[in-house]
Amino acid sequence: MSVEAREARQPWILLSPALTAVALLLFVPLLFIVVYSFWLRTATGADEVGFFLDNWQEALTDAFYRDILLNTLKIAAITTLACAVMGYPAAYFIARSKGNKAILLLLLMLPFWISYIIRTMSWINILGVSGAFNTAMMALGIIDEPIQMLYNEVTVILGLVHFLLPFMVLNVFVSLDGIDTNLEDAANSLGATRWQAFTNVTLPLSLPGLAAGGLLCFVLGAGTYITPLVLGGPTDAMFANLVFEAIITQLNWPLGSALSLMLLVVLGALVLIYNRYLGMAQLMKGLG
Amino acid sequence: MTRKMDNTTRYERLRERYMNGDIDRRGFLGLIGAAGLAYGVQTPFAKYANAQTVAQVRFDGWGGVVSEALRENAFDPFQAETGIDVVDGTFGGGDEYLSRVKASQEGEYNIAHLSGVFDYARYHNLGLSTVLNEDNIPNLQYVIPKLVDVFRKVTDGKLSCVPYDYGTTGLAYNRKYISDEEMQEKGAKILIDEAHKGKIAGWSDWRTRLWYAALQTGQDPNNIEDVEAAWEAVRAHRDLSLKYWGSGAELMSLLAEEEIHVTEGWSGRIYALQEQGHDIGYMDPPNGFGWQECMFVIKGSPMEACEELLNFMLAPETSIAVAEGQNYPPALDPQKVDLGDKIPTLPAFDPTGKLDGLTFADPAYWNGNEQEWSKTFGRVQKGY
Repeated sequence: MSVEAREARQPWILLSPALTAVALLLFVPLLFIVVYSFWLRTATGADEVGFFLDNWQEALTDAFYRDILLNTLKIAAITTLACAVMGYPAAYFIARSKGNKAILLLLLMLPFWISYIIRTMSWINILGVSGAFNTAMMALGIIDEPIQMLYNEVTVILGLVHFLLPFMVLNVFVSLDGIDTNLEDAANSLGATRWQAFTNVTLPLSLPGLAAGGLLCFVLGAGTYITPLVLGGPTDAMFANLVFEAIITQLNWPLGSALSLMLLVVLGALVLIYNRYLGMAQLMKGLG
Repeated sequence: MTRKMDNTTRYERLRERYMNGDIDRRGFLGLIGAAGLAYGVQTPFAKYANAQTVAQVRFDGWGGVVSEALRENAFDPFQAETGIDVVDGTFGGGDEYLSRVKASQEGEYNIAHLSGVFDYARYHNLGLSTVLNEDNIPNLQYVIPKLVDVFRKVTDGKLSCVPYDYGTTGLAYNRKYISDEEMQEKGAKILIDEAHKGKIAGWSDWRTRLWYAALQTGQDPNNIEDVEAAWEAVRAHRDLSLKYWGSGAELMSLLAEEEIHVTEGWSGRIYALQEQGHDIGYMDPPNGFGWQECMFVIKGSPMEACEELLNFMLAPETSIAVAEGQNYPPALDPQKVDLGDKIPTLPAFDPTGKLDGLTFADPAYWNGNEQEWSKTFGRVQKGY
């Protein structure tokens, strides 16, 4: 075998464990879900094997699923916007801090050491009727009766922001950290104010990081079901909750498969659009 | 006295002989290789040979105080007595668990603490039932006959479970905000009372929602004639509710933290709250939701080990201790067994053992409507 042929084979040999894992753990299960989506659930809860388009017809034509999907995208968009507004200044502060950057990044990662469910449930102890906020306000005499703050769409968004903010900060930080600070100095020396230097130089250069963080927050936010379950009211369901109900409560795996694929296609389309215009490289940097 | 030698001891002795120079390296490695070969050859058939020497049984239940009571009073003593390890898992509801069982390999799940005869029938209809050898469960004789008979009817006179306890899903209310008199006056309709808007909750279980909707619209829960009126009541409850709860722990938290004033709740969990000192009242309205729980053996399980565990769990001393821990009356017949002092004080307890005062869900009726109603509830729940 020639040296060129050996060199051409080498990356594939090195990649083969990862490719095998992706094939077995992602594509094969996905294929199962695709197959399942064409089966039918019978009255007893058993599945009828075959090729039926009923689930897809229901998922694509029923206004109920469309409305919940649109509401899910709305919640994910608001969450992403909130993460961007709160995350950018934090990332800027970390990127420009001298000496204690590592500690600040460690602090940013700290929440990941605690279970997502526990972090979500912690809001019950903070915002609940007997929670820390109401207790403090009543102790200070600011309110007489506890305020009902939990179990609505706002608390769902709050829980999602709490969960997703570190992803945004990390992505923006990676982007800001790669910008040469001399560029801002150069802008200042040419007469720009600090604000003008930021808006004309730093912000445009950091947009890829902001977009990568936004994409991550949006996709993760749109796919969540724990947060609305724990912090939402009776009607605050997201699309993933429909998948959960179809599969778990109604034992309708075929319909659940069709719904999950529907969500996958919508979110996959967003990722493709992002990749088309901005490329995946920035996202990889943020995740790394 | 002779002591049975296990494989570890055999290996250690062999290694010792080798280290002492009693056996050469080639011989040592040869014997290890032969042992490996023998193990490899017999492994595919080991499950048949080991059928009677089960080391572990998996049990799944409702978690919280129920699991704690079972672990402390049944599983740990059983393990100490038989050497069979009982691994216990939890679930939030029967639907969720059925989905897990459906996705599992045969034999992965063994015994489940199922609620209601309708669940028993669903598992049977999905081909997940077994046939228990009742000769191996002599303690079944102490169980209330009515509780056993309803299961027999579903599985052609045979049993795939043993009844274990019973209880009710009644109305739980905070006495600080709702008086006993108001509860008596309003009954199930308090859950759709505008006066308590935002302070009402309910279980996110479609059966319970429709059962209470039937009571609120003056219908027989086992024969709802005006289904649309019942759905309207479900919608009314939804619009007044702060939250649907999904587990016993969440139910207790919502009441204990005073996030809500009234909900329907599981009798044992409410009793646990009362024991903790919370001033929570509990009332079973007329035709309130009664249920009986069973220990269901799932297809593919090691039958003799499961039967041994079930018999151990049904022994009066074990069953009474578990019942006192989980706050649900045991399935034991009070006419045959002295149930002690605490059990007669538990909600839903029937001293006659006839259970005439409780209304149970008709499995044929509820399972016949399951597909349509569970789906409709999914929509109504979300504002439709």
